[in-house]
Amino acid sequence: MIKAILIFNNHGKPRLSKFYEHYNEDTEQQIIRETFHLVSKRDENVCNFLEGGMLIGGSDYKLIYRHYATLYFVFCVDSSESELGILDLIQVKVFVETLDKCFENVCELDLIFHVDKVHNILAEMVMGGMVLETNMNEIITQVDAQNKMEKSEAGIAGAPARAVSAVKNMNLPEMPRNINIGDISIKVPNLPSFK
Amino acid sequence: MSPSVPLQEMIRAIRSARTQCEERGVIQRECAAIRAQFRQSDNGGRSHNLAKLLYVHMLGYPAHFGQMECVRMIASPRYSEKRVGYLGAMMLLDEKQDASLLITNSIKNDLSHSNQYVQSLALCTLACMGSAEMCRDLAPEIDRLLRASNSYIKKKAALCAVHIVRKVHDLGELFTPAARSLLAEKNHGVLHGAVVLITELCERNQETLERFRKTVPDLVQIMKGLVISGYSPEHDVAGISDPFLQVRILRLLRILGRNNEGASDAMNDLLAQVATNTDSTKTVGNAVLYETVLTVLHIKSESGLRVLAVNILGRFLLNNDRNIRYIAMISLQKIVGTDHNAVQRHRGTIVDCLKDQDASVKRRALDLSLALVSASNVRSMMKELLLFLSSCPPELRAQAASGIFNAAERYAPSQRWHIDTILHVLTTAGGDVRDETVPNLIQLITNASELHCYTVHKLYRALLTDISQQSLVQVACWCIGEYGDLLLRGECQETEPVQVTEDDVLDALETVLQSHMSSPATRGFALTATMKLSTRITDNVDRIRSIVSIYGSCIDVELQQRAVEYNALFRKYDHMRYATILLVHSNNVHTVSISFERFVLKMQSSVFCSGSNRQVSPLVFLPQVCDLLDLLGGSEVTLQPIPAVGGTAPGLFTNTSSTTGGDLLDLLGGLEPAPPFFCSELSYLIFSAAPTVQVYEKAGVALTLSCEKQSDSGLTVTLTASNSTDSDISSFTLQAAVPKVCLIKHAIPTHTHQQTSFLC
Repeated sequence: MIKAILIFNNHGKPRLSKFYEHYNEDTEQQIIRETFHLVSKRDENVCNFLEGGMLIGGSDYKLIYRHYATLYFVFCVDSSESELGILDLIQVKVFVETLDKCFENVCELDLIFHVDKVHNILAEMVMGGMVLETNMNEIITQVDAQNKMEKSEAGIAGAPARAVSAVKNMNLPEMPRNINIGDISIKVPNLPSFK
Repeated sequence: MSPSVPLQEMIRAIRSARTQCEERGVIQRECAAIRAQFRQSDNGGRSHNLAKLLYVHMLGYPAHFGQMECVRMIASPRYSEKRVGYLGAMMLLDEKQDASLLITNSIKNDLSHSNQYVQSLALCTLACMGSAEMCRDLAPEIDRLLRASNSYIKKKAALCAVHIVRKVHDLGELFTPAARSLLAEKNHGVLHGAVVLITELCERNQETLERFRKTVPDLVQIMKGLVISGYSPEHDVAGISDPFLQVRILRLLRILGRNNEGASDAMNDLLAQVATNTDSTKTVGNAVLYETVLTVLHIKSESGLRVLAVNILGRFLLNNDRNIRYIAMISLQKIVGTDHNAVQRHRGTIVDCLKDQDASVKRRALDLSLALVSASNVRSMMKELLLFLSSCPPELRAQAASGIFNAAERYAPSQRWHIDTILHVLTTAGGDVRDETVPNLIQLITNASELHCYTVHKLYRALLTDISQQSLVQVACWCIGEYGDLLLRGECQETEPVQVTEDDVLDALETVLQSHMSSPATRGFALTATMKLSTRITDNVDRIRSIVSIYGSCIDVELQQRAVEYNALFRKYDHMRYATILLVHSNNVHTVSISFERFVLKMQSSVFCSGSNRQVSPLVFLPQVCDLLDLLGGSEVTLQPIPAVGGTAPGLFTNTSSTTGGDLLDLLGGLEPAPPFFCSELSYLIFSAAPTVQVYEKAGVALTLSCEKQSDSGLTVTLTASNSTDSDISSFTLQAAVPKVCLIKHAIPTHTHQQTSFLC
């Protein structure tokens, strides 16, 4: 059984925290801090398994983690899960790759600003502490269908909001600062940013 | 900030806060706005507010006021609101909150919703935080969904059922038939869920396990399909078809095949096939292989297959990938009990892993190495382990030290080796050993009587080099106190003797006493040792005296009391000092050596009150341990009558054993009763044979006491009296008293002395 799934950055700020057993808020934060502390001490070329900290449970629990760029993905599991299997779950073709497909070259900012979406994707993969689905395409199909349902519900009332967000996300080309035509140098005024 | 700032704006605002304080401010404002919004209860942005609250919760701020909002959102007809509501329920609610009961009804309705995504939300939430009552209520619904719905829902229902079974064990019965039929499904997700469910059911209930044994052929069939079938793009992970399902099925087969010949036979072929065909260059392949190996080793497989499995593990151990090595060691640990010899073959590799940089690998290697120590390889293994101890990470030290001690105790080839090993551990990791190491070591040293000289020389050298390791210093002080004469004699066969003078030894002890690194207990040891040396050395008694008297005004109460008692021994009872200390020497007490000695000295210092003495009678106490008191030195002593005994005799003794421990001291007349812990400790003292002691010699009468341990609880003390004068001795009375914990049995004395007549 998976006890918790945590994603935090190199400074220990949580980007996603999902607990499959209940702890109160203080304990959750303590777990995140302690896990970060344990994981950040590790070298780059050591194995990806850590015997867990005191907090998240007795000696039966392990931390399986992977470090990608600025993020640590940590799964806290007990002995009934296959360690290598979970490692694959994180790495190969499942969690990270699914996120990649859904967000188009996922980076930390995507996880920060779309926490709810990440939760939804995770819910299609792991349920109640157990691995539900490992087929990436299946997961993505389901997530897309659910998102479509949500969008269609917003209906006509959501149109102005969608228009605004579409324009915001439009990339205006860079305006040149100076236009040099022979001897004439025109300084282009700084247009206010479109936000 | 406007009240309906959507989630991303809020996140942006939080991130732009430059200090923790600013961030808290932003969040507090947002929370206040959210709270106000919740109270309003009617606006389009409800889901946004809850989403914001959940984000804030993830950062660690209190969010319990959102619980009721979650309940309301779950009940809403809109999908987006339901989604956030259920997410909030999973994060904020748990079975201890009352609000969780309120969502039971919503979940029930949603489980029969027409839209499968709504159903899945409800299933997900139930599987995550369903309480026992909720599970009981909704179990029939789940069962229905297990049988008749599409595969998307079926797989979720299966895992939900697992959660229900975990919460309420009895409901396992309900799901068994459905689980059985799910095995016929083609969809891998559903199969996966079904296998997990069956695994859970079998683990909980032995009967269910028996029933599911019949499914072994089906499982084997499914596995074969996965392993042999060609490339299937949707399930392929790095060339292996659905490794997750394979791993699950192998695990289930392991549970079904344990202790059962029939099931194990059915699996043998399959396991051999998987073991040989799986590609082990990628991690996925290794995951499947690893699971196969574990299964082979846990069922009743044929021996060829077992050999294959252990070989695979051996290959894993040599793999470059640390993960694989770690995994291999875990599985070797699991089988070291049963297939010990097979694991022994890989001992070299495992010992090499002790030197690995990775702390996790080191930990595993340590556990496995300790398990592999046996009588034949103990010397070489111990060398490696001691090397490891000197360079191991601090969190593993205590475990390594205690493991080494256990192994040394069980397999020590010789006493000298044993003592050497313990000394080595104390020198390298003295701070991490457990408390009972010191008394154990003292006991060990005392028992190895031919090694006393060697031991005391070694310990003296160790003391000179380093006095920071408390356990080592304590043992060294004790040893010098006991066997200081051997040290001073300057000759030793086993090791290079140290030429020391008495001053050197006293210097060493004094350094320990004065050092700020010594703990109070260590100081106590050092002081007692100094005292004991006063009888073993000849020249520097005055120096000892001055040391001892300095500590008479020490701040530490223990030390002060000790010093005062020793001082008293110097001042008033100098003539008895030798005897007292010699007595203490002849007893092999371990756990409470310190307090025992004090006890003795206290008794000694109080017993011999002044007075004239007519009657000289040996005072024999038979606690299980030793002959405590002794009228050595033939001093003129009186033992005053105790009021407690009722004045039955001018002597103080009663011939039966009904004196309590406290009275033991009263017997000596006029003593303040010792604090109770002394007496209780007496009963813990373990006796080992004390040498024969000549307890009295005066005017031609000589008395000798010798003790023999007859059984664990019995002790025979023989008093031999001899009369070398010409005249007869009459009215010789022997009386004995013991504390309540002991029983006396008198034996009829056999006396062969011609010249005396006894009355015993």
